[in-house]
Amino acid sequence: MAEVTYLEAIRQGLFEEMERDPSVFCMGEDIGAYGGAFKVTEGLLDRFGADRVIDTPISETGFVGAAAGAAHMGMRPVCEMQFIDFVSSAYSILTNYVATARYRAFLPCPMVVRGPSGGYVRGGPFHSQNPEAAFLHTPGLKIVYPATASDAKGLIKSAIRDDDCVLFFEHKYLYRRIKEELPQGDHVVPIGKARLASEGTDLSIITYAATVWKALEAAEQLRKEDGLSIEVLDLRSLLPMDDEAIVATVKKTNRVLIVHEDTVTGGIAGEITARINELAFEWLDAPVRRVAAHDVPLPYAPQLEDFVLPQTPDIVRAARWLAAY
Amino acid sequence: MAVTTALAPDPAARAGLSREQLLELYYWMRLTRSLEERLVNLYRQTKVVGGLFRSLGQEACAVGSAYALRREDVLSPLIRNLGSMLVKGASPLEVLRQYMAKGDSPTRGRELNIHFGDMADRNFIGQISHLGDMVPVMAGVTLTFRLRQEPRVGLVYVGDGATSTGAFHEGINFAAVQRCPLVVIIENNRYAYSTPTTRQCAAERLADKAAGYGIPGVRADGNDVIAAYQVTRDAVARARRGEGVTLIELMTYRRKGHAEHDNQSYVPAGEIERWAEENDPLDRYARRLTAEEGVAPAELEKIDARVRTEIDQATDLAEQSPAPEPRDCLAGVYADPAEAPALWYREGIRSAVERHERPASWGTHDG
Repeated sequence: MAEVTYLEAIRQGLFEEMERDPSVFCMGEDIGAYGGAFKVTEGLLDRFGADRVIDTPISETGFVGAAAGAAHMGMRPVCEMQFIDFVSSAYSILTNYVATARYRAFLPCPMVVRGPSGGYVRGGPFHSQNPEAAFLHTPGLKIVYPATASDAKGLIKSAIRDDDCVLFFEHKYLYRRIKEELPQGDHVVPIGKARLASEGTDLSIITYAATVWKALEAAEQLRKEDGLSIEVLDLRSLLPMDDEAIVATVKKTNRVLIVHEDTVTGGIAGEITARINELAFEWLDAPVRRVAAHDVPLPYAPQLEDFVLPQTPDIVRAARWLAAY
Repeated sequence: MAVTTALAPDPAARAGLSREQLLELYYWMRLTRSLEERLVNLYRQTKVVGGLFRSLGQEACAVGSAYALRREDVLSPLIRNLGSMLVKGASPLEVLRQYMAKGDSPTRGRELNIHFGDMADRNFIGQISHLGDMVPVMAGVTLTFRLRQEPRVGLVYVGDGATSTGAFHEGINFAAVQRCPLVVIIENNRYAYSTPTTRQCAAERLADKAAGYGIPGVRADGNDVIAAYQVTRDAVARARRGEGVTLIELMTYRRKGHAEHDNQSYVPAGEIERWAEENDPLDRYARRLTAEEGVAPAELEKIDARVRTEIDQATDLAEQSPAPEPRDCLAGVYADPAEAPALWYREGIRSAVERHERPASWGTHDG
């Protein structure tokens, strides 16, 4: 079977869900004839027509709100943010209306908001963001952020089938760089379950999205150069978070490094650290430490962006510090 | 695709501009076009790091409208308003350094393309990518003029696409209610990325939105630089008199894609070529200058040559500009502290990696 890119895997997931369930439809800017800024929705218009692949005006609040209304009525809308940076334009309706709908009004909101996220692409401050932490603090939403093509497909299908609103972050650096053979058949990955990307015994790196690959690179280097056995846990789902998998890896290696691309202050690593502190403190042999982006807006110039974002050598350095602790 | 010409000025009137000023308009339009052409070369040489945005065929909108401003007035350009920034005093060298992510670019490598400003002297403000957001910002800038009774005005551009945003609506409504000295220009180039204006808004004339805000709305031929100047000049004068906001819709056409990677597969065959042939703002203006103003073709060629020299010189300088110092990224998030410390795993390290990959694209396409 042919290898499939991360991007193509998402498209396959959308395609299959739209085939399977006529209540699924897509909305977003330039997603129809143009196929989306990154071509994730290419071909959907031809197959499903303009009523199910709707090109919207530049109105994030408008079509995310409309998605909520349609979801109340039994539809399963999938909204594309052209870049996830623009989800901020729908922040109010997502956090105030969508996230509270079930709780306050007993209205279901089975909808997905998805879009290209993340940096390492010289996109500058408005085409590189990782705003997942801004929504982690909103009960009523779910958040997933896959790192592999297989998970991208399995999770978009789960997100569409989920009875609540799922924010589906796609890492644009991975879109065409990551390829693999996908499982056959109706491949669904459950929301809320982490994945062991690499098994090890000396130290755990807990991460998600693009930095999973940097963690794996670092693990390989540490194995060769230091003889260290590194476990890499790919969270995949950020809300809900897989506490069981986190605790299991802490108990196994007793040393934890958390890595994410989002800025460090208020980032998801803080929440993970708190959970480890509460659930597995006595299993730790070293303090939990974080490698994440510096607390600045993401700059454009390669020299600056590479300084702000976590890099493989950073993970190596941090892991050595932890291993020696 | 016919452009409304009902509001075009009487050609003979030339809007009160002197011959020298008429030639200046030509210079700014030529400079805009040639500078973008140079950027295309640099982009192909991978010296432009991120995306490249063109205003080919729209130069008259930006140049003509900005020409109606005084130095103390504040301009808020959008991605296709390079020409307006040049008129307001931005230099080709700044633009080149910015696109090339140089350490001495106006944003010191932090922002891309023409996302930069100068509010200390030349008075243009750096935009963000979220469309429509500059309208409320400019409402606040011009509210300040009114509160301080300064005889200054603001000019903000949006595209046809941004008129669909909540920010546009909220901003223009607030400015109208407050009688801010603000001119809002909708540069209707018929496409927002791939989306035609007909899919953006059900109203035929975007200028008609003005009625809902209780302000005048006018439409003009955006490919006629004199018409763009004149309609803006009148709105600016009105704002300066304290009569509030005017909404202007300039009709034009985007001949290049949203950005350089966009192959415009969604554009009907022949449409771009037709506009290029029949309604190019520079060609039209050159014809007008030679036919009606007695300008010799050699005079225009002299301007073209001057523009080429200026761009060559600026390119040489920009190429020599240094890359940013990596650690400069930590400075300036707050007034105090002026610089953030590097994170624990980066202590004492100057640069995180030796090699700085330049992705072929930011993932928007394969090439």
